Amino acid sequence: MNGFWSLLKRDLTLAARHKTEVLTGLFFMVVVASLFPLAMGPEMALLKRIAPGVLWIGALLSTLLGLPRLFEGDWRDGSLEQMALSPVGLVPLVCAKISAHWILSGLPLVLLAPVLSLQFDLPADLQMTLMLGLLLGTPVLSSLGAIGAALTLGVRGGGVLLSLLVLPLFVPVLVFGAGAIEAQSAGLGVQAHVSVLSAMLLLSVFLSPFACAAALHVALD
Amino acid sequence: MNALAPRFEAIDLSAQKGEQWLFENIGFTLHAGTWLQVQGDNGSGKTTLLRMLAGLSRSPTGSVRWCNDNIRDEPEGFHRALMYLGHQLGLKEELSALENLGVASHLAQQVLHTPRALAALGELGLEGREHLPLRVLSQGQKRRVALAKLMSLSADLWILDEPFVALDGQGLAVLLAAMQAHLGQGGMLIYTSHHSVDLGDIPGWALRLTA
Repeated sequence: MNGFWSLLKRDLTLAARHKTEVLTGLFFMVVVASLFPLAMGPEMALLKRIAPGVLWIGALLSTLLGLPRLFEGDWRDGSLEQMALSPVGLVPLVCAKISAHWILSGLPLVLLAPVLSLQFDLPADLQMTLMLGLLLGTPVLSSLGAIGAALTLGVRGGGVLLSLLVLPLFVPVLVFGAGAIEAQSAGLGVQAHVSVLSAMLLLSVFLSPFACAAALHVALD
Repeated sequence: MNALAPRFEAIDLSAQKGEQWLFENIGFTLHAGTWLQVQGDNGSGKTTLLRMLAGLSRSPTGSVRWCNDNIRDEPEGFHRALMYLGHQLGLKEELSALENLGVASHLAQQVLHTPRALAALGELGLEGREHLPLRVLSQGQKRRVALAKLMSLSADLWILDEPFVALDGQGLAVLLAAMQAHLGQGGMLIYTSHHSVDLGDIPGWALRLTA
């Protein structure tokens, strides 16, 4: 467990010393969410309708933005070799990397969501649903994305390939995340959507580190 | 036979590059307190062999064994005993030397107290630079930080790929002394080098790869 915390702390320290990389994703999200109301005009009903979709697509793309760099730095400077040779094992260490990625890219989005949704005139209860959806959905994006990042490590033009690999996997999260807000504003309960998102969360968080570790071993070979 | 005495064995390793065999039928046994120098021209497969021995890449034939266990089946015990230093140092440029050693000790699941780490860095002539981010250090100084990792953490087997590169005379002397101390304590050492290194009368072998 020590190895896990140590690596998590290391990644957060690295991010604190390289703030631009973290802020790029957040800034992207803010810009996307702010451009839509400007482009669509001030019609409240329309903005309210497109809000879930816009905010979720923004979250998805901003997560994708940081993914190619998830393992690349460690791969280039040999840290990944040292992790693969650590008695801690690659699986807990990959968990630490994914957690750090979520804390730096997913969590800020969750916290930012209510502020951004003000521009779309979302009522308070829908804001809560949006936050809950993002809270459950962004870890899924991080852990599924990590598999793609591990598979495309060291591949030339890996960034494009990564998007092609990962975006289809993100679709269910998008459908159920945005769907939850849609369902609530239509007066239906959100429980079904939340349950499905939670199931996806458990499954991806549990399985993805093993897939990542296997892919990283191949990348190192 | 003493089951506790560490033993490192390579059996029938081979590597292919395209259609050509880089090397075939490489095998040796290393006992406590002995060393092996892998020699060969550029491109003869020294790094490939070392990566196989460390368990980073696979050999299409044969196996690598640590205390009679295949390192593929029992990686944890082997990794606990191994310290590998490759071409890339595995250090973070944004972190200081001391922070890098801290992370390395956690990855090795060992306790490294700050005075011990500072002493190792001081011994390598990095006194006063312990808290500087690595990116402001020179190539040779970064190498020294990686060597401080070797010297401050304990491991039975060192696998070092070109450890003498970018080191000056004094750095060479410190590393050589560290190697001798490591072997003297019953450690094992595998390294590649184009330098001829004098390890005194410590028993060891040279393995020459011919392409």
